[in-house]
Amino acid sequence: MLGMLSGAWRYRYFIVSSVRTELRTKFIRSRLGGLWMILNPLAQVLIFAFILSAVLSAKLPGINNRYAYAIYLMAGTLGWSLFTEIVTRCLTVFIDNGNILKKLAFPKIALPLVVIGSALVNNLLLLAAILAIFGVLGHMPSTALLWLPMLMIVGITLAIGVGLFFGVLNVFLRDVGQVVPVLMQFLFWFTPIVYMVKIIPEQYRGWLILNPLIPLITGYQNVLLYDRMPDLIGLGVTFLVGIIFSVIALVLFRKASPEMVDQL
Amino acid sequence: MSGELQVRNLGKSYRQWGGELRRMASWFSPQILPMEEHWVLRNVSFVVRPGESIGIIGQNGAGKSTLLKLITKTTQPTEGELFMSGRVAAILELGMGFNPDMTGRQNAFHSAGLMGYSHADIQNVMSEIEIFAEIGEYFDQPVRTYSSGMQMRVAFSVATAFRPDLLIIDEALSVGDSYFQHKSFDRIRQFREQGVSIIFVSHSLGDVRTLCDRVILMDKGSLLRDGPPDEVVDYYNALVAEKENAKMTVEQRREKNGWLMTRSGSGEARVADLRIVDVATESELAVVRVGQQVELQLKVAVRDDLPRLVLGYMIRDKQGHVIWGSNTWHTSQVVEHPRAGEVIQFRLPFTCNLGPGSYSVSPALVSSDTHLSDNYEWVDNLLVFDVVNVDRNFFIGSNSLDARFVIERGQEQAN
Repeated sequence: MLGMLSGAWRYRYFIVSSVRTELRTKFIRSRLGGLWMILNPLAQVLIFAFILSAVLSAKLPGINNRYAYAIYLMAGTLGWSLFTEIVTRCLTVFIDNGNILKKLAFPKIALPLVVIGSALVNNLLLLAAILAIFGVLGHMPSTALLWLPMLMIVGITLAIGVGLFFGVLNVFLRDVGQVVPVLMQFLFWFTPIVYMVKIIPEQYRGWLILNPLIPLITGYQNVLLYDRMPDLIGLGVTFLVGIIFSVIALVLFRKASPEMVDQL
Repeated sequence: MSGELQVRNLGKSYRQWGGELRRMASWFSPQILPMEEHWVLRNVSFVVRPGESIGIIGQNGAGKSTLLKLITKTTQPTEGELFMSGRVAAILELGMGFNPDMTGRQNAFHSAGLMGYSHADIQNVMSEIEIFAEIGEYFDQPVRTYSSGMQMRVAFSVATAFRPDLLIIDEALSVGDSYFQHKSFDRIRQFREQGVSIIFVSHSLGDVRTLCDRVILMDKGSLLRDGPPDEVVDYYNALVAEKENAKMTVEQRREKNGWLMTRSGSGEARVADLRIVDVATESELAVVRVGQQVELQLKVAVRDDLPRLVLGYMIRDKQGHVIWGSNTWHTSQVVEHPRAGEVIQFRLPFTCNLGPGSYSVSPALVSSDTHLSDNYEWVDNLLVFDVVNVDRNFFIGSNSLDARFVIERGQEQAN
């Protein structure tokens, strides 16, 4: 485990430059470049806001802003997009880089770290865009924003644990790469991003505790919309789940590492 | 010492688990054994001492690439050990991992980063990389606008920008134009002079002979020979013929003059006698003058009735470079239906337009234009003779070109 960490440390320049390279290539060939990273989730928010605000009663309790629902959506989307980007990219990170892995010896763990780095940068850009939109909508976030870094750390921990676990399995069982996106769809709709928790019938709400994303996403909503601090106990549980996933994933990764290249 | 490599009993097998779940279970429990093991490399042991250049040769599928992958640590050995000291650089597949949308410079940064160097380190050598690659302003253009040769230039420049302790080269030099090939060869030679250990895999036996101190012959996943270049390369040639001819023997003997005689073949026809004589006097020679009219006289004893017989021969210099070679297939002088017991005398006259030095004659008795279909006998370095320059002006090289100097003197014209 220590060797893995020191390998990643030796390759810190590579990791940083890869993140930079990835961002740069996004801007080179397409006109709007990296903006697409922001436009995509925002378009989603726009669609949901348009369609669902008519269906759902768009009034949120305690919030006077008429755009409250849109703000609610954006808050959840910010948390979700960081999670989903890391998971889906980790899922294929070894397969996508098979060419390099087969030809060059370097710490494989650097690859998921590059994913984290570039996902984080994208997410920060999205955050900036969202804050700008908040300004336009007349919603001024408070000092509760200071909780955001903690939410991001929890989100990244959970995402990297899940992503690395499935990413390693995917090298050997390619079906995993097909199944996980479907599971992510389910997870998206089982998490109150588009809807509010209270629309779930009372008798089923007990099940929600099984979804570790809920404290995280509601944390985002608390911070960005309600100007409240997140539910620290729920978040602590999510973090713990993330740590457990990460440890399992790292053990699996270490065991699989010698055979991984032969399967690419 | 840095640049040392020790390989002990190295082996690599690809395992069939009969299902991926079984494989995954095996990571956590040693009791779960693979259903089938397919060894691509086994019992390979050798040492590369600091500053030594080693060539690795062998046919496709002999395990050369697997061995290199193990040495570069891109793949893990199934058994055995590998000790290495110092920094390893590998030129395996050049230009691999280049991002087509980024410029040559950005890709150079990225590739060097993959080798584990810091931004500052790379910054220091970047101008050298640019100068060595010699692709002008293309260096700051996206790589997708490059020709494959240009990509290769950048890739080679990056791979060799830092002096390694052990350099691994896998036939990468065959790409690119001849100018850059020479240039990259020079750089490798420089590394060699600076004491960098080199492992060189190639199908070009000539390159292997010139660049390597020792050659390793791989065959079917194991190490077949490890020794001086001429010995192993000639053995390999004989082995290639053996694959095609079931009943073959290979015999090698180091002569007192340092040349290595390798005799192989199925033996239906054999060279009974080979000598070099002066055309005028018919007396046998050991030393030949530059420009002398000489003749090789070769007697072939036929042991079995054969459909046809082709004689080929080549003259090689001390480094093993072929100076000249041909056979009676190309000259349309095939001997049809030689009978058992027949003795055939070949006379091969030529003017000795060779430079001073030691040369060898290697005759081959075959049935067509290569030695691969029927190899009756192939003898490397059967006859050795020396060429001396007695009556010409001093010159060097393996050819007596008869080139002259024409000198004209005059005043510089003022315009």
